Amino acid sequence: MLPTPSTSHVCFDRVYEPAEDSFLLLDTLSSPSESAFLHQRFGQNACVSDIAPLVLEVGVGSGVVLGFVAANARKIFGREDVLTLGTDINRFACQAASRTVETAIKDSASRTTFSDVINGDLASSLKPNAIDVFIFNPPYVPAELPDFTHHDSYNILPTGETRTTFDQDSYLLELSYAGGEDGMVVTNRMMEQMPELLSPARGVAYLLLCAQNKPEEVKQRVRNWGPGWCAETVGSSGNKAGWERLQIVRFWRITAQDTTQH
Amino acid sequence: MKLLTLNFLTCAIKSCKTSPASFPLHPRDAELEIVEADVNLAFLQNILPRLMWAELRTIASELGLPTLPEDIPEREALVEGRGEGEGEGEGGEQIPSQTAKDLHRVLLETCIQEGKLVCGNCGHEYAVKEGVANFLLPGHLV
Repeated sequence: MLPTPSTSHVCFDRVYEPAEDSFLLLDTLSSPSESAFLHQRFGQNACVSDIAPLVLEVGVGSGVVLGFVAANARKIFGREDVLTLGTDINRFACQAASRTVETAIKDSASRTTFSDVINGDLASSLKPNAIDVFIFNPPYVPAELPDFTHHDSYNILPTGETRTTFDQDSYLLELSYAGGEDGMVVTNRMMEQMPELLSPARGVAYLLLCAQNKPEEVKQRVRNWGPGWCAETVGSSGNKAGWERLQIVRFWRITAQDTTQH
Repeated sequence: MKLLTLNFLTCAIKSCKTSPASFPLHPRDAELEIVEADVNLAFLQNILPRLMWAELRTIASELGLPTLPEDIPEREALVEGRGEGEGEGEGGEQIPSQTAKDLHRVLLETCIQEGKLVCGNCGHEYAVKEGVANFLLPGHLV
């Protein structure tokens, strides 16, 4: 088992605390089967192996997942020239996650490079075709979306104060889990951006879903994006009967190059 | 935020994405801070093919940084003259050249702490505060 990054500096009153979903992502990304897939796609013998891969996590929260990837890139991808970048709608999460990733890199003596965590809506500020590895643990719970009217004031410390209010904290945490109808409203918006976000040559995405998100439908939708698009469940956890049964779906595209290589 | 990050960012407004003027975002009223970090030669060499060099030069000049060379450095130019007679194989650690150190300084050690990032197409200004860039748009722009 690879070590989990420390998040002891994070205030979980307003930033999502690592939970079963986060740990499922860690376990899946470092599982022998995913490491094998990622080594083949990004390792020494992969095509364009001398171009540094860019890993983007959307909705980093505490930063535990991105920190884990940054710290363990050698084992996960077979290389350390990896650049990690994050986004979160919650500014407090951006600051917390930056520290988590930086600490994880230092503690593990990893040689990967951390870019930044951007405060933004999903991946809306990212350049198209730039992302090699995409990771998203979305707000997947079927619950009403929070009211965004006060986002700007809730996203910073109240003027002249040194701490956040209770309402503010509740709002910021709601952002991290409430996913609207079927828990899919935010994920659907993200998926619309996905095909043009991923690098055409080697882009791969990891998306966490719960049973109520109707994962089979999500996978079918990806396969309908066009020729070569694949979607498979590559990790799962939880009680089979429970509604919160979680799974990780991997999306990727098989390019003409992949099929002619062997 | 590091200048390298700007290499991957564009205006968040959908209608700007297709306009070449939306990249790069232009720093304005920027307060810079140097945050020292170890040079990672392998990374620098492998990030070269991803750098939008002309745009990076523009950003550096807008920030009043030393002018970057007109042409993007070759991978080999990042390594200090190799040791002789080492034969092939891994050998010792390669030594970063001055070019590598300069590039490292610009990309990874020069950070925008406060200021704005402005879209060259629509003029929208994104604030950077305490090193965190805010790309959230008011509802009517989404």
